[in-house]
Amino acid sequence: MKLLPQLQKHRQTLIVVVGSLIVLATIGQYGLRWQAGYQILMLVASLIGFLPIGLQAWSALRVKVISIDLLVSVAVIGAVMIGENNESAIVTFLFLLGAFLEQKTMEKTRSAIGTLTQMAPAQAILITESGHQTIDIDDVDPGDVMLVKTGGQVPVDGHIVKGSGYVNEASITGEAKPMHKGVGEQVFAGAILDNGTLEVAAEKVGEDTTFGKIIELVEEAQDAKSSVERLIDKFATYYTPIVLVIALIVGLMSRDVRLAITILVLGCPGALVIGVPVANVAGVGQGAKQGILLKGGEVMATFKHVDTFVFDKTGTLTYGRPKVASVKTYGQDEATMLAAVANIERESDHPLGQAIIAYAPAVKQTVTDTQVIQGKGVVANVDAVPYLVGNSALMRQFGVALNQSQQYDLKALQDTGHSVVLVATGAQLQLIIGIKDQLRPEVPESLRQLRQMGAQQLIMLTGDNQVTADQIGLAAGLDTVQGDLLPEAKADYVRQLQAQGHVVAFVGDGINDSPSIARADIGIAMGSGTDVAVETSDVVLIQSNFRQLVVAFGLTKKTVANMQENIGLALATVALLFVGLVLGQVNMGSGMFVHEVSILLVTVNALRLLAPKQKLDDRQLQVADRQLD
Amino acid sequence: MEKAILQLGALTCPSCMQKIEHAVANQAGVNSVKVLFNASKVKTEYDDQLTSADTLKTAIEQLGYDVQNVKVKAI
Repeated sequence: MKLLPQLQKHRQTLIVVVGSLIVLATIGQYGLRWQAGYQILMLVASLIGFLPIGLQAWSALRVKVISIDLLVSVAVIGAVMIGENNESAIVTFLFLLGAFLEQKTMEKTRSAIGTLTQMAPAQAILITESGHQTIDIDDVDPGDVMLVKTGGQVPVDGHIVKGSGYVNEASITGEAKPMHKGVGEQVFAGAILDNGTLEVAAEKVGEDTTFGKIIELVEEAQDAKSSVERLIDKFATYYTPIVLVIALIVGLMSRDVRLAITILVLGCPGALVIGVPVANVAGVGQGAKQGILLKGGEVMATFKHVDTFVFDKTGTLTYGRPKVASVKTYGQDEATMLAAVANIERESDHPLGQAIIAYAPAVKQTVTDTQVIQGKGVVANVDAVPYLVGNSALMRQFGVALNQSQQYDLKALQDTGHSVVLVATGAQLQLIIGIKDQLRPEVPESLRQLRQMGAQQLIMLTGDNQVTADQIGLAAGLDTVQGDLLPEAKADYVRQLQAQGHVVAFVGDGINDSPSIARADIGIAMGSGTDVAVETSDVVLIQSNFRQLVVAFGLTKKTVANMQENIGLALATVALLFVGLVLGQVNMGSGMFVHEVSILLVTVNALRLLAPKQKLDDRQLQVADRQLD
Repeated sequence: MEKAILQLGALTCPSCMQKIEHAVANQAGVNSVKVLFNASKVKTEYDDQLTSADTLKTAIEQLGYDVQNVKVKAI
């Protein structure tokens, strides 16, 4: 049995040899009228070509599987027995060549997942008492301490025990901006250390890491079958033996071996069996390439029919963290003021402060005499100018008076749900900064696109109060907005929609919305590649960009359409061959040819799904942002 | 009990899946076997008293598929 792996390895050579023999034989016959040589060469070609096919068939039979190889093997033996050496040679050649081309195109459809797997860490630097040692990732155990250098990849899920640096976690959380992390903080396998040096204690290794789970999920999703596919599979397992029996019966009754072996070749289940899986692989692969995890055929089959999208608010329609929304200036230079406030806030961890730091320009200034006034704010000198940063109570304490228009601005901001930071130099009010969790700028356009693609109802459910919810709902362009809901109540709402006959997708952050995500026909987790999200939802959008939802919906529709096209192509091929057989126009060789062409056709059709997508360029994004402001 | 993940060379025909599944499942001591067609991986759980990852590897190789690497984990 050692022969089979050898034959597999040299399959290309075999194909060339068989092909050349056929060409030689044909030249011999037509050019030199050498009939005996023609027969001999064709027989040799048949035998060589038959070898790998026959062995495959035999190895399958030994584990009680009747494979396509068996149908072809019997056909080839039959053809040689009735002296049709040329037919048998051509059939083996086409079958081997077809299998080879299938493998090549199939590798292409799988290439997306391959890229993902290659991003997984392969090696790690282990810190031992005697020094550093580079080891294979499989040899790392939880508890080991690993060294990560600048430009290196974090090899495990764990926490930092020594050092600090900027970590890029785009492959796990989709956050493209490197984040500063220090001792005690969590890092994830697959993240890249942009600069710094870290010592990381391993908690989870290999397939247990979040990144490992993402890969595993995509691998399983590519095989996850829809009910249609399972039906085809079941059909295929009985179909092959049935073809064998039919051919036998036809052969015995008609005494026509030629007809019987033609039926064997035509009966090979080809495009029908392969058409749907390749489309699935390509669709899932294209999604994975863009940070969209679609959990397989069944998910796509259901997702396609979704007519109602239900959204969580915080972190889904909005950023989920406070951002500077509005700045009122009463002094001269807004930029310098903001930079000074940011420099003061750099020394604190206050979330509002973080929002200002992200918004303000970075200017180097010297901050001295910082004094935190509990519950009110901060007092500090920036380049020797005294600053007050805090709430109205702080302003009152230091005798900063607000005139009427300033008081009006303050109230207007507070009434529209902003948190407010006041900034003064000396006794002079300089800035009022309004901060709130904002609607993602891409949401209104994306929702409009979802409607174009067939979404009939867009609903937002949130635990926030109805007033805030209504504001967001209006800005986003939603149909229904429901505030003051607990997680269970959200799941209940989804249930009611389903009872009305809607196919519901729930889009949430994947953590506190798990009941609704589990309840909905399609659960979509957005912007967090956490374990929980990956496991409970049907679709995971790794990047926290709302447009991904539109891309995912579109890709799903395209993939399902592609599957249907492939089923259509396959059935058309069968019909064509059957008609050809009845009319006596199809023989063994041409039947095999049509069969192989149809397989390549469905594979190439599926490959269309992998064509690179046009990306929105930055300018378009900026325009969208400005329009929102 | 052990769990093994065997990475194979690219699988191309769906009937390969059936073959491999049958061949591994028929080995003594194998509790579960799952062939990931597109990832070309075999995931299996078995009683390590009755069989071993090496035995399973040989069984797959005898069918004519090459096994690129094997990861074994005790469970």
